[in-house]
Amino acid sequence: MNDNANGREGVLVDPIGRLGESQLELIHETSLKILERVGIICYSDEASSLLKDAGCEVVERDDDASVVRFPRGLIERCIELAPSTVLLGARDPENSLVLRAEEPRVRFGSGSEANVYLEMEPSKFKQEDGEASIEYPVYRRLRGNVELLCEAAHLCQQLENLDFFIRTVNIQDSDIDEMDKDANKFFASLNNTSKHVMAGLTCLESLDKVIRIGEIIAGGEKELRENPVLSFITCIAKSPLQFVEDTTGKMMEIVRRGMPVVISSSPQGGSTAPIQETGMVSQINAEIIAGITLSQVVKPGAPVLYGSVPVRARMDDLNDLYGAPEFCWYNIDCIQMARRYGIPCYSTAGVGDAKVPGVQATVEKLISHAVIPMAGAQYVHYAFGLLEKTNVFSPDQAVLDDAQIGIVKHMLKAPDVNGEAAEATLSMIEEVMGTSHKLYARYTRKSMRNGTVFPPYQFETKESEDRSVLEAHRRRLELMEVPPRYLSRPVVERIYKEIAGLVDRINPYS
Amino acid sequence: MKGDELLQEIELNVVQGRRNSSDEGLDEDLSGTPGVTELVEDALNRGIGAKGILVDAISSGMTEVGERYEKGMYFLPDMLAAAETVEAAMEILEPYLLKAGIESRGKIVLATVKGDLHDIGKNIVGLMLKGTGYSVIDLGNNVDPDDIVSAVVENEANMLGLSALLTTTMHQMSETIEAFSGVGFRDKVKVMVGGAPISSEFAEEIGADGYGKDAFEALKLADDFTDI
Ligand code: B12
Repeated sequence: MNDNANGREGVLVDPIGRLGESQLELIHETSLKILERVGIICYSDEASSLLKDAGCEVVERDDDASVVRFPRGLIERCIELAPSTVLLGARDPENSLVLRAEEPRVRFGSGSEANVYLEMEPSKFKQEDGEASIEYPVYRRLRGNVELLCEAAHLCQQLENLDFFIRTVNIQDSDIDEMDKDANKFFASLNNTSKHVMAGLTCLESLDKVIRIGEIIAGGEKELRENPVLSFITCIAKSPLQFVEDTTGKMMEIVRRGMPVVISSSPQGGSTAPIQETGMVSQINAEIIAGITLSQVVKPGAPVLYGSVPVRARMDDLNDLYGAPEFCWYNIDCIQMARRYGIPCYSTAGVGDAKVPGVQATVEKLISHAVIPMAGAQYVHYAFGLLEKTNVFSPDQAVLDDAQIGIVKHMLKAPDVNGEAAEATLSMIEEVMGTSHKLYARYTRKSMRNGTVFPPYQFETKESEDRSVLEAHRRRLELMEVPPRYLSRPVVERIYKEIAGLVDRINPYS
Repeated sequence: MKGDELLQEIELNVVQGRRNSSDEGLDEDLSGTPGVTELVEDALNRGIGAKGILVDAISSGMTEVGERYEKGMYFLPDMLAAAETVEAAMEILEPYLLKAGIESRGKIVLATVKGDLHDIGKNIVGLMLKGTGYSVIDLGNNVDPDDIVSAVVENEANMLGLSALLTTTMHQMSETIEAFSGVGFRDKVKVMVGGAPISSEFAEEIGADGYGKDAFEALKLADDFTDI
């Protein structure tokens, strides 16, 4: 495989970690013991029997499930089998991603299935007992639908720092039935962005339709495997330590078809996993490596990502809590575990608990946006526009997040301290000391332009009012004016001819 | 190179902010090729008049720089780099201009007041004034009121610019203005003041003639005071 020359490079970091070697080893050991002693409650008969053949101890339960206990040798062999490099393709080759486990190169993308699309209208308000007036964002909550998904994909295409697209809203159109959701959502996404498209699968029955859409776009069966323009997320674990029938089945079928898939788990520390760091990370790691083991039993060498979405619960209502420092701990630890295993990491950052853009959202997002990628995850999802603990997608927030991630990417750049820079420093200092004004301003000029010096905040306001949300909204409207780069007419026509159930209102050529 | 080509070359190097051949410039790496000082020397040696160099190369270069700034193509460091080329060129041209009886646009004495060491803002103001053709006598920082007054009188400056960044030193501005009363030169000089704690109200209160919030306002004041 060629170097990243033709893909989105992201930013290569010198990774930080929370855990030392012996602590990583301890987590690994604890996960193995969990899988050896407690095992996974598996609701998929097929998975249980495959795992049994592979050497697991399988004990039937009375509720149609079985307990699968994993020998450590099997897990370690399967982890070895999982490829350390996974290619995620794209309609435009320059948008493809080469994820290498040993290379801490960070990319950011959207995610994932919010119910609400938060529309915003700037409105003018007048002071009650005075003359002053102010512009203020007023929000409307729209239910996700396929047209809003098209809009979101189009917006995400324009966001400079967004490296891949995971569908941001789920589609709740009354005229699209369950069986046709997958084809509609993948087509809506792929037709509006030329970046990599990833999503979960609603119905196993539509897997082949979706793959067929990918084949038509990529130019054939083999071509899709070489340039997988789409890939899948399967959260096979239901924490604690259960494999659900539906998603486990989907994962196995995706793997059989040679498509890349994320094997993920998303426990809540304090409700479905221990809240303590050791407990949370040992359990989620056990769930993920058990899933990866199953994938490699089904098809050795199958391209999978280590999908860690560890969340903390809040104690007032046991709902998810993303803006918590522990969220960062858990995620960083998982990134270190994935690196230890040599499997590319699908990680998580940037979800706000806040319901609308503003100070709270910014605080919550910035801690995880800035800190988690420092650990060097190859693929950071949830990073754009998500609010209200993933229930809401706000396109204006996505624009704000793009600016924030721009800052983070710059911050993560490797230091430029070397002999040449030292030479330049000496001659610069000698020169400046010879002037009357003693200012280094002239030496900033090229750096300002080649991007080595970062500009001030994109949405700063010169007046004392903070208009960043309104300015981001304006920017979004500007970005939406850029004409979408649809698939070509013949490709779209072919897709509509072959794939039943696609709604006409998202066909740009109809 | 023909004469007018040489003038064009000077103009281009002003725009690029290249004082001499070791400066690299902005659009491309031009280091090694002659910069403004070398080109000005060359022009003078070929008998091109100092006034022509000033008007047809240097001023027109600065006009171009100003336009690029207006359009957002240039930033303050680019203006300063260009202003430095003008400063360097003026050092060479000054004796020739004097001989030809051509006066500078106006003459300003600049200083940060007594007790105050902050001079970044004042230096920017000074560079920009030089860059637009004013003759600037910079006394530095922490300057005694009497020394400021003597410098104004000796140099027959038509303007004085005072800078203060501390609330504890701003009153030195009024002391300085008052120090003129002994020498009676106050009606010949326009005083502008600036620095973060200064305001137009304060300027009025102490009897200054103008307040500038930044280097651009300083330029505008200078133009007003010199009737340009
Ligand atoms: C850099 C700096 C320093 C540097 C100065 C280096 C130098 N070569 O100048 C150093 C470290 C030496 C310094 C020291 C001190 N500083 Co100091 N310093 C600053 C700082 C951070 C920036 C000032 C600056 O250069 N701004 C950038 C320039 C471009 O802006 P500017 O100066 O405002 O100039 C622009 C305009 O005002 C205008 N302008 C300026 N002059 C003029 C003149 C005319 C005629 C016109 C028309 C326009 C004009 O045009 C300029 C260009 O656009 C300020 C805080 C701040 N952000 O303002 C504190 C600040 C000014 N310092 C402060 C203090 C307290 C001190 C010290 C007392 C600290 C200490 N305890 O030792 C000492 C005092 C030393 C002394 N005796 O002067 C306080 C002042 C508080 C007060 N009471 O007023 C400030 C505000 C910081 C703070 N918030 O505490 N400081």
